[in-house]
Amino acid sequence: MKKILTSGIALLAAGVMGATSAQAETLRLLTWGGYAPENVIELFEAETGHTVEVTKSNNEEMVAKLRATNGGGFDLAQPSQDRIAGAQAEFDIYKPIDLSKIDESLFIPSMLEATKGNTTYNGEIYGVPHVWGTSGLIVNKAEASGVTDYLDLCDDSVAGKVSYRLKRPTLIGFAFSMGLDPFAAYNDEEAYKDILAKVEEKLIECKPNVKTYWGGGDEIKNLLRSGEVVAAMAWDTGGWSLNADNPDITFVAPESGALGWIDTFVLPKRGRADEAAYAWINFVMQPEIAAMITNSAGNFTASQGGDEGVEDALKARYQESFPPEAVDNIKWYPTVPANLETLEGAVLDRVKAAN
Amino acid sequence: MNSVHSRLSLYLLFTPFLLWLALLIIIPHIFMFLVSISVKTGVREYVTGLGNYMVFFTEPLYWNTFARTAFMSVSATFLTLLIGFPVAYYIAKLTRGRTKTTLFLMCLIPFWVSELVRTFGWMILLRETGIFSSFLQYIGLASEPIEFLYNDAAIMVGLVYTSMLFMVVPLVTTLDSLDDSLIEAGYDLGGNGITVLREIIIPHAMPGIVSGCIVVFMLSLGNYLTPILLGGKDSLWFTGLIYDQFITRFNWELGSAFGFLLLLLSSTIVWAGLKLSGQSLTNTVGR
Repeated sequence: MKKILTSGIALLAAGVMGATSAQAETLRLLTWGGYAPENVIELFEAETGHTVEVTKSNNEEMVAKLRATNGGGFDLAQPSQDRIAGAQAEFDIYKPIDLSKIDESLFIPSMLEATKGNTTYNGEIYGVPHVWGTSGLIVNKAEASGVTDYLDLCDDSVAGKVSYRLKRPTLIGFAFSMGLDPFAAYNDEEAYKDILAKVEEKLIECKPNVKTYWGGGDEIKNLLRSGEVVAAMAWDTGGWSLNADNPDITFVAPESGALGWIDTFVLPKRGRADEAAYAWINFVMQPEIAAMITNSAGNFTASQGGDEGVEDALKARYQESFPPEAVDNIKWYPTVPANLETLEGAVLDRVKAAN
Repeated sequence: MNSVHSRLSLYLLFTPFLLWLALLIIIPHIFMFLVSISVKTGVREYVTGLGNYMVFFTEPLYWNTFARTAFMSVSATFLTLLIGFPVAYYIAKLTRGRTKTTLFLMCLIPFWVSELVRTFGWMILLRETGIFSSFLQYIGLASEPIEFLYNDAAIMVGLVYTSMLFMVVPLVTTLDSLDDSLIEAGYDLGGNGITVLREIIIPHAMPGIVSGCIVVFMLSLGNYLTPILLGGKDSLWFTGLIYDQFITRFNWELGSAFGFLLLLLSSTIVWAGLKLSGQSLTNTVGR
């Protein structure tokens, strides 16, 4: 009898504790490096009582991780907007966003609308924008001032001192640089195959120029900093952080247009802490918090007024790389249709194998 | 009563092993096999078939990569044996007591840090602005920086270095068990260094050689970090292909099929190696 009583009390206690922990949740955040800096997490935890666990990752890994667990293990993820509708169609790993729980006035309206449109699947909206940026060229102007577009990476003057990734942005960038429009051909498989064939030929021809295909952000920064590589296709933030150490190196928006991406907030299908997730979204989109994230990640956010609190040095670098006409020329990634990546994968494999 | 007890304790002792075998090896492999035989036909649509395996045989790229991986792993194994044998012989036969322990420990020390750190160490040595290149320029042998990284030789260096210990340990053990008087007898009977090596030392060390070779070959074939980091743009390695299929292409079906083919083909190569050397698994690894 006594035993039953104590176990009953234990159960009751567990129930009470469960109820309190429903208010103060643990937010398991799957994000990119720099998007959830320590100081922001501390402020958030102090204000809301929720705790935050950060896992750093990249686009492909986020989708692969969520696919492996059927959309579990995390409460909030931040893939790019072009990786949402396609991944949802294939693997069913996200749940729709409840926009009534989000303060839409915190967002830059045009960016919010664009992301809503791009992340709609079966009439439901799955993502809201957070951080945006571009990929283009990082050039050491003292040694490779002639590099102004992706195709210039294949020029003899920089032979053996060039690096880019063997991933889909490279295919897209080279296609634009060759005067083709891959985004227009996204939904026409035959036309897209034609474009890929031309790009494949070019990349194989260009291969002797390449020192190595880089994999991670730190790797390419090391190569550029040591001078082993003088021109590379990479992200804008990488160029700006190198610019702080060496004024010769900076990010250049290519003539054919930098490629623009927007990283979003999505809810994994089996996430458990939705309240904390919505609280986090509304918290980090406040202008002063967004500025803290920009200072940490180097990229600007979709927060209305979030660019005001940003360090002047970063603003100056941004304006140098992006004169107004270069901003208008940014090519924003549309949603990747399912099946496209299989075609691209085969091309990338063949380029890698070519001699 | 007693026999029931001893049987129970036998089962209990056996349980961790059985759990390990079932949960970590058999069940994942069954699932992976099921994934590998489902062929994607459309969005969220799959049929059962061998299409993924056919891709491997019809696309020469995958075949070539596998052949290249196997060839380079065999070469790395052979090189490791060539370098490891004298080292092991020296440790086992020519040193005693403290020196022996110290030398053995020195083989072990690099393995106290992770493989990633060891590979980065090689990158620091070999890169264009690295230590070797700078040293060659300093002593005047080279006029400009030399790139040692990002080629097959760099991969080979990394593989041999990574697996050296796994060759030296079994060799030292088998060579230790060789009675010195047998070697002396060989010389007394008029043999020279080469005949003694061929007729006495190598036959005795054969189980150690084969078990070392099997372990090193498997480690090289399944290595991911070293070829990717040191090989650069030409680093085609089969495990890298599998990683790409799983993580960057979201194509688990093809990745699983590749995984099974790797298991199958590597087992075949090990089996062929055992047959060629006239050894058996029980005689080498099982000792």
